[in-house]
Amino acid sequence: MSSPILRLVAQRILLGLVLLLAVSVLIFAGTQILPGDVAQAILGQSATPEALTNLREQLGLNDPAWLRYVHWLWGILHGDFGTAQSSGLDIASSIGTRLKNTLFLAACAAVVAVPLAVILGLIAVRYRNGFVDKLISGLALASTSFPEFFIGYVLIFLFAVHWQIFPSISTVDDSTPFLERLQAVVLPATALTLVVLAHMMRMTRAAILNVMQSAYIETAELKGLKPFDIIRKHAFPNAIAPVVNVVMLNLAYLIVGVVVVEVIFVYPGMGQYLVDHVAKRDVPVVQAVGLIFAAVYITLNIVADIAAIVANPRLRHPK
Amino acid sequence: MADTKANSGKLLDIRNLRIEATVYPPGEAPKTITLVHDVSLTLEKGKVLGLIGESGAGKSTIGLSSMAYGRGGVRITGGEVILNGRDILKAGPKGVRALRGREVCYVAQSAAAAFNPAHKLIDQVVEAAMLHGTATRAEAEKRAVALFKKLSLPNPETIGERYPHQVSGGQLQRVMTAMALCSEPDLIVFDEPTTALDVTTQIDVLAAIKDAIRDTHVAALYITHDLAVVAQVSDEIMVLRHGRLVEWGGTQQIIKEPRQEYTNALVSVHEIEHQEQQPGTTPFLSVKNVTAAYGGGHVKVLKNVSVDIYPAQTLAVVGESGSGKSTLARAITGLLPPEQGTVTFDGRSLANRLADRPKEDLRQLQMIYQMADVAMNPRQTVGTIIGRPLEFYFGMKGRERDKRVAELLDEIEMGKGFVDRYPAELSGGQKQRVCIARSLAAKPKLIICDEVTSALDPLVAHGILKLLLNLQQHEKVAYLFITHDLATVKSIADSIAVMYRGEVVRYGSKSKVLTPPFDAYTDLLLSSVPEMEIGWLEKAIRGRRMESAGN
Repeated sequence: MSSPILRLVAQRILLGLVLLLAVSVLIFAGTQILPGDVAQAILGQSATPEALTNLREQLGLNDPAWLRYVHWLWGILHGDFGTAQSSGLDIASSIGTRLKNTLFLAACAAVVAVPLAVILGLIAVRYRNGFVDKLISGLALASTSFPEFFIGYVLIFLFAVHWQIFPSISTVDDSTPFLERLQAVVLPATALTLVVLAHMMRMTRAAILNVMQSAYIETAELKGLKPFDIIRKHAFPNAIAPVVNVVMLNLAYLIVGVVVVEVIFVYPGMGQYLVDHVAKRDVPVVQAVGLIFAAVYITLNIVADIAAIVANPRLRHPK
Repeated sequence: MADTKANSGKLLDIRNLRIEATVYPPGEAPKTITLVHDVSLTLEKGKVLGLIGESGAGKSTIGLSSMAYGRGGVRITGGEVILNGRDILKAGPKGVRALRGREVCYVAQSAAAAFNPAHKLIDQVVEAAMLHGTATRAEAEKRAVALFKKLSLPNPETIGERYPHQVSGGQLQRVMTAMALCSEPDLIVFDEPTTALDVTTQIDVLAAIKDAIRDTHVAALYITHDLAVVAQVSDEIMVLRHGRLVEWGGTQQIIKEPRQEYTNALVSVHEIEHQEQQPGTTPFLSVKNVTAAYGGGHVKVLKNVSVDIYPAQTLAVVGESGSGKSTLARAITGLLPPEQGTVTFDGRSLANRLADRPKEDLRQLQMIYQMADVAMNPRQTVGTIIGRPLEFYFGMKGRERDKRVAELLDEIEMGKGFVDRYPAELSGGQKQRVCIARSLAAKPKLIICDEVTSALDPLVAHGILKLLLNLQQHEKVAYLFITHDLATVKSIADSIAVMYRGEVVRYGSKSKVLTPPFDAYTDLLLSSVPEMEIGWLEKAIRGRRMESAGN
C-alpha cells in the first residue's frame, strides 16, 4: 500500500474520532439542558427533600457538569454505560443483545437490498428511458412512497394472516436458533428492503448514467462490447464512489431508523429500546443509545469515504 | 461473400452516405439537419486515406460510419457502407458488434479520455482481441508487448501494468494505437490522433503510427484538420467542407496542385506578414527573476524567469505543455504569487497577490483564454458580457454603455446584431472575438492571450490573429502571447521567449530568436513543426539533436 492512501485513510479515521467526541459533548450537554431532575425522577413527586439531597450526593449530581461528562465518557470508554434509572439494569448488557438483534435485522435487509438495488440500477441504465427503466423506477418509487407501517401491515396481512407462511410477531431472544431467527426477521427485513431500495437504485442509475457520457464508454462500444458488459465492466467501476456513499447512508438508516418497523413486528431492537426509555425519561439510556447511533453513522460514513478513496486508481496507484 | 471480396481490392466502399441529426435550438422547434450530404469514398486494402476539413466538415462522422456508429444521436439515414463485401448498415446490432474492434478499430483524439481510468492499460489493450476470439489472453498480451516495442514505448514489457493516469499523453496515444492494432483489424480510423499533443511529441507519435501502418499493412482513415500532418501519412486525401466533398486526389496532387479554391485556401500557408517592431527604450512591464511553485513550494514551475514587455508590442512565449508558459501568466496577474522576484509595471512594483492589487492595476492587465466558451457566462448576453468591464471599471451605465458596447462589437468585426445573442448561439471564432472585446473594454495596457487560437480551425485562427494585430495598432495595447504553435508566433510576435521546463532558454527579438545558430531545444521545437512536404517527417526525425520532453 502506498503512503498517500494510508495518510488519507488515517486522516478520515482521526476525523471520525474527533467528530464522535464532539457528538458525545453535544449529547451530554443536550440531556443536561432538558428540564427536570434525575433524583426527582427516580424518587417521584412524594420524595422528601432529605432523600433527594442524599440521592443527588450519591449520583454525583452536585459535581460540575464537565466533571460529570468526564466520568461519563471515562465509563463508556471502559464499556460502562451506567445503569438505567427506570429498571436499575446495567445499560451495557441490555444494549448488547438489542444491538446484536438490530445488526442482524439490518444485515438481513442489506444482504438483499444492496445487491438488488445495484443490479436493478444496472438494468435500468441498460434499458434507459425505455419501458423496463420506467417500470423499475416506478415500482421502486412506489414502494418507498408508502409509509413503513403500511408496508409492514400489508406484509403481515398477506404472509402472516392470509397465507400464514411467516410469523407476524418477530420476538426473538438469545436462545433462538439461527434458522428460526432468520424466519422471524423475514417480514421486517422485507419491509425495510422495500423502504431503502429505491434510493439506492436511483443513485446507482444516476451515477452510472453520468459515467456513460465519458469517452471511454465510446471506446468500449467501438470495441464491440455488449451494452450490459459496457455498463458492468466500464461504467460501474467508475461509479463506485457515489454508489457506496448512498449505500452507507441507507445502511445507517437500517440500523438507527427502524423504530417503526421494530414496533410493528415487536422485534427487540435498539429502536424500540430507545423509544421505551425516552418515554420513561431515562436519560442515561438515551445518552448511551444516542452515542451508539452516532458512532454507527460516523463509522459507516468513514467506510464510504475510504471506499471512495480506495476505488480511485489515481490514489491507489500514484504516478 | 468471398467472391465479392476476391474480385476487388476494395476494403471499404461508402456510397452516397447521408447522415442526419436532430438539433434543439433554444426557443425553436427541434429540426433535422444534414451533417453529411451524399459522400462516397473507396479505400483499398493497406492504403491510407486522409479526411481533412474544418470542424463541422463531417470528417469524424464519416470516419465513424465505417463502424456503423453515430456519435451522440447522429443517424445514418442514407447510402451504403460496404466493408469487406457487405453493407454493414444492414448488419443489425449483433453484426455491427462483431465487426467493431475486429475488422475496424478506432483511435480517438484524446487517448487520456478514451482509456478507462479504472483498468490497467494491458487489460484494455487486449480486450477487443479476446472478445472477438482472435487470440487467447497470452497471445494477445504477447502481441501487445510486440506492438508497444514497435511504437517505441518505454518499458514495453511492463508499461501495460500501468493505469492511464500514470502514462504521459504522447505515450497514451501510442498505447491507443497499439490497442487498435492488437486485434489485427483490416481498417483503423484515426480521429485527430496527434492534435492534442505538443509539436515535439506529435512528431514521435506520427512517426510511430506511420511505421506501424506500414509494417502491419492495415488500411486507415486518417482524420485531421492539419494538412501538413496528413500529407505525411496518407496515400490519398479527401477534402470536406460542411459535410460535402470538395476534392479528392493523391496526396501530391492535393498539396501541390489543388483544383478547388477551398483546398487552395487550406494549402496556402497563412503567414501574416508582420514587421517586427524594435523594442522601445523602456518596457512598461518587467518580470525580474521570478520563481514560482505549486503545492507550497514543492513543485517549482518557474525558475528565475525575466522578460520585458514594451508598449504596443507583442511578446510571444512558446514551449510545450508543462514548460511554465501559463504559470508565467498566472504569476504576472497575481493568481499565483511568485515566491521570489518582482513584477514591475510603469516603474513601480505590483503587489504579488491578486487580492492586494488596486482596481486600476487589475484594469491594466486583462486576459483571454483558450476555451472561449467556458470563459463566458452562458446565461448572459454578449451585450452584458462586454458591458460588464465598462460598468466595473468606468461606472458606465445605460445609453453610454450601450454605445461603447456597439463600438467594441464594431471593432471585433461583429456588428450590433450580436448584442442580444447568447454565447451558445455563436461559433468558436465569434466567441473568441467577444472575449477579445471584453478584455478591450477595460482599455488595458496589456492583454495576456493564453493559447487563444489553439482550439480554432486554421482559417478562423488566421482571422483572430489578424484582428489582434489590427487592434494593437488602433488601441496601442501590448500582448503577452502564450502559444505552442510556432507558425502563430512568427505572424504576431515582436519578441519571443522560448520556455523549457520552467526556464527561459532563449529570449530576444523575433529575428534574433528565429535565426540560427539555435540551442538544442529551440532547434527541436522549430524542426518539429510539420511542413506541407511529402517526406518531411523522415527528414525531421533524422535531423533531430535531442529527444522531446514528453517522450
